[in-house]
Amino acid sequence: MLGLVALPMVMRNPYYLGIMVFMGIYSLISIGLSLLMGYAGQISLGHAAFFAIGAYTSGILTTKAHLSPLPAFLAAIVLTACIAFLIGIPTLRLKGHYLAMATLGFGQIVYVALNASVDFTGGPSGFGEIPRIALGNFVVESQLSRYCLVWALVIIVLLFSLNLIHSRVGRALRSIHSSELAANAMGVNTSKYKIQVFVLSAIYASIAGSLYAHFVTFISPGSFDLEFSILLVTMVVVGGMANVWGALLGTVLLTLLPEFLRGFKDYDILIYGSTLLLIMIFMPEGLFGLVKKLRTVHGKT
Amino acid sequence: MEPILETINLTKRFGGLVAVSDVSLKVETGEIKAIIGPNGAGKTTIFNAITGVDPPTAGEIRLKGRKINGLKPYEIASQGISRTFQNVELFDNMSVLENVMVGRHPRTFSGLLSALFHLPKSIAEEKAIRDDAMERLAFVGLSSSAQELASKLPFGQQRVLELARAWATDPKLLLLDEPAAGLNSHEATVLADLILKIREKGTTILLVEHDMELVMDISDKILVVNYGKKIAEDKPEEIQDNQEVIKAYLGEDFKER
Amino acid sequence: MGNSYAIESQEMSTSIILQLILSGVTIGSIYAMVALGFNIIYNSTSIINFAQGEFVMLGGMFMVSLVGPLNLPMWVAFPIAVLAVTLIGMAFERLCIHPLKMPSVLSLIIITIAGSILLKGGAMFAWGKETFSLPHFSTEKPILLLEATILPQTVWILGIIGMVVLLLALFFRFTIVGKAMRACAANRPAASLVGINVKRIVLLSFALSAAIGAIAGIIITPISLMDYERGAILGLKGFGAAVLGGLGNPMGAVVAGFLIGIVESLCAGLISSHYKDAVGLVVLLMVLFIKPSGLFGSAQVSKLKKF
Repeated sequence: MLGLVALPMVMRNPYYLGIMVFMGIYSLISIGLSLLMGYAGQISLGHAAFFAIGAYTSGILTTKAHLSPLPAFLAAIVLTACIAFLIGIPTLRLKGHYLAMATLGFGQIVYVALNASVDFTGGPSGFGEIPRIALGNFVVESQLSRYCLVWALVIIVLLFSLNLIHSRVGRALRSIHSSELAANAMGVNTSKYKIQVFVLSAIYASIAGSLYAHFVTFISPGSFDLEFSILLVTMVVVGGMANVWGALLGTVLLTLLPEFLRGFKDYDILIYGSTLLLIMIFMPEGLFGLVKKLRTVHGKT
Repeated sequence: MEPILETINLTKRFGGLVAVSDVSLKVETGEIKAIIGPNGAGKTTIFNAITGVDPPTAGEIRLKGRKINGLKPYEIASQGISRTFQNVELFDNMSVLENVMVGRHPRTFSGLLSALFHLPKSIAEEKAIRDDAMERLAFVGLSSSAQELASKLPFGQQRVLELARAWATDPKLLLLDEPAAGLNSHEATVLADLILKIREKGTTILLVEHDMELVMDISDKILVVNYGKKIAEDKPEEIQDNQEVIKAYLGEDFKER
Repeated sequence: MGNSYAIESQEMSTSIILQLILSGVTIGSIYAMVALGFNIIYNSTSIINFAQGEFVMLGGMFMVSLVGPLNLPMWVAFPIAVLAVTLIGMAFERLCIHPLKMPSVLSLIIITIAGSILLKGGAMFAWGKETFSLPHFSTEKPILLLEATILPQTVWILGIIGMVVLLLALFFRFTIVGKAMRACAANRPAASLVGINVKRIVLLSFALSAAIGAIAGIIITPISLMDYERGAILGLKGFGAAVLGGLGNPMGAVVAGFLIGIVESLCAGLISSHYKDAVGLVVLLMVLFIKPSGLFGSAQVSKLKKF
């Protein structure tokens, strides 16, 4: 964590800072997804949709309704929460692959809707001129200021999530993951908690989406497709699902990997695929699982 | 006095199969009642009906006179019926202590928001939950493994932990589904003592069990089911001599001899 | 595909509807084939193979190369292309699935996705990024059917799919290997106890579903063209059909595949082609919300196959 704060002092290159900004945005989503998947045991292959709803609500409200970013940002959160709640009720009754398909379907429906409602969203070509976030007279425009804003939010969200994990509700979520039957028998209202954590993770994604819209100032459906949903899930699983730190680790890795692979031109897709494959085959618990294993081995000797 | 649990003409059909047929039973406050019967007689089905896991096709279930069928499993648990499972359903990914802490769930209140903001109320409650769970672990003799993963416990202790977890919900009625299955005779004795001790603390107990020694030792009343029907209900010593029961267990041939 | 049928007048003539249904049946049959592939692997392993769509793409691509540059006749190229993809499917199983010990369902999902990225990347290197076409199997002159027209290729597609479904049914019912695969589907530990080599069955199920995917790719390419990225969307639709029909139920998958194809085509023709890709999913979600185990799935089975 300290390293994170110190990093921009050492690294002044705006390009690298830009990568770190995206890493922060993705981290916001993957932390939420880790609560949903790793703790409550519910998969979502449609979280790009909540990212999109956050981004489009912020974008549309600030450009077309001329709201300032902060109220638009709150409106985005409320809207995302409502949609996640309504979608969550029927969806989270499903299990396993059915849940995977339903969330995937939801994500695709939102994606198609963004493409199709041209008047509203600009269709496939999207829309631009989204204003930047301003705090008083200070406009969040430089990569450094973006970096500070996004990572401050990541730290807040992380603290919230750690609080949640070590609480009565967090325990209830983990009990659902382990045995829904027994959780119910212990008086845990499994559907209520599943929906709560689903909505929470959607809100995290919405926050990330709003930031994205104001940082990039231009949005189009291409950034919110199925591939992005899958990338998010992959970050969580590769890092290690059993832990929010794992999700962060996975996000760091999968944001940096394409940058390292840039030199390989078209071969990047092959190297990317093989890296994923190797990690999953040799570290089924994810990177964090490996870290933990090394630590216990080290502790024993 | 009003019985703690009463079922009236409880019936459960799976398609054409009648697993439980018109079973009426009463469990009085403070007693230990056992349900016995040959395999497939419908014992676990009765449990699943009572706890709302598989609601009955017909009939009524009352807890302290209040109808509870139609309620969801978690609601029934909150109302005061807790249970263990035939095939031990522990939270494998959690520590022994955390398992019992989940048991405190229906008696505690902190929600999502107070958890997120780490409010003092929720901190205090969390400490109370932990202390209570530790006490219960001490009571059942598992304090020393509190931090271990539940799945790492020997099987006998897993059964004890499951019992402790169910008891942690402060149930009015505790349902135990074959608590001694898979235990050796020493472990079964330990468990029997524990069940008696938990009853002394004021919990009524209904159990399904095949271990006749254990059933005869601890039960006040025994209910015998066969082919989904109640065929006898009596004190242990009477049940042992009941012709109907002997027939159900040992078959026609035995009686004729 | 469906949007090429422009509606000239506002009145919906039956011929247009019929035409739309026919084109829906064509694309639906491909979804059905992909869904069958999902089912075969799911039944023997409980794995959803997200690379299933890539097998379809590869089938089309191999056929393109064999018929085009290598100039082989169709009837020779067809089995070679199927065989090539079958071998790739087997290699996929050996490299990605076989080495795993007790994987979680989620890591399996990521692994098959990683596999599909590799297959897609490989295809990009082998064939480049262009879109390829393939000659129709016979004449391209449309046949008049009632008030609509039907391409001879559609007849080929339906005929071949009918054959595949029939052969699969016979295979599973009457051959020892087919019976062994069904036994694995019903109860893996028990199947292994009676001496069935479960690992080999898993390999076989990948081979079989790769072959079916390849056939689907070969027969659809003349109508819908093929490029290296086409696999994902076909895989998605096929997965949708498999879930809609109830996972583990091959006949349900076939019915659901046709259903999705027809609904999409009607939507494209009558409402807007923009929403074509969403309408099938909307139907799917509606069905799942009412019946969480799909149209023909059993709730008990899906409960057992735990996540």
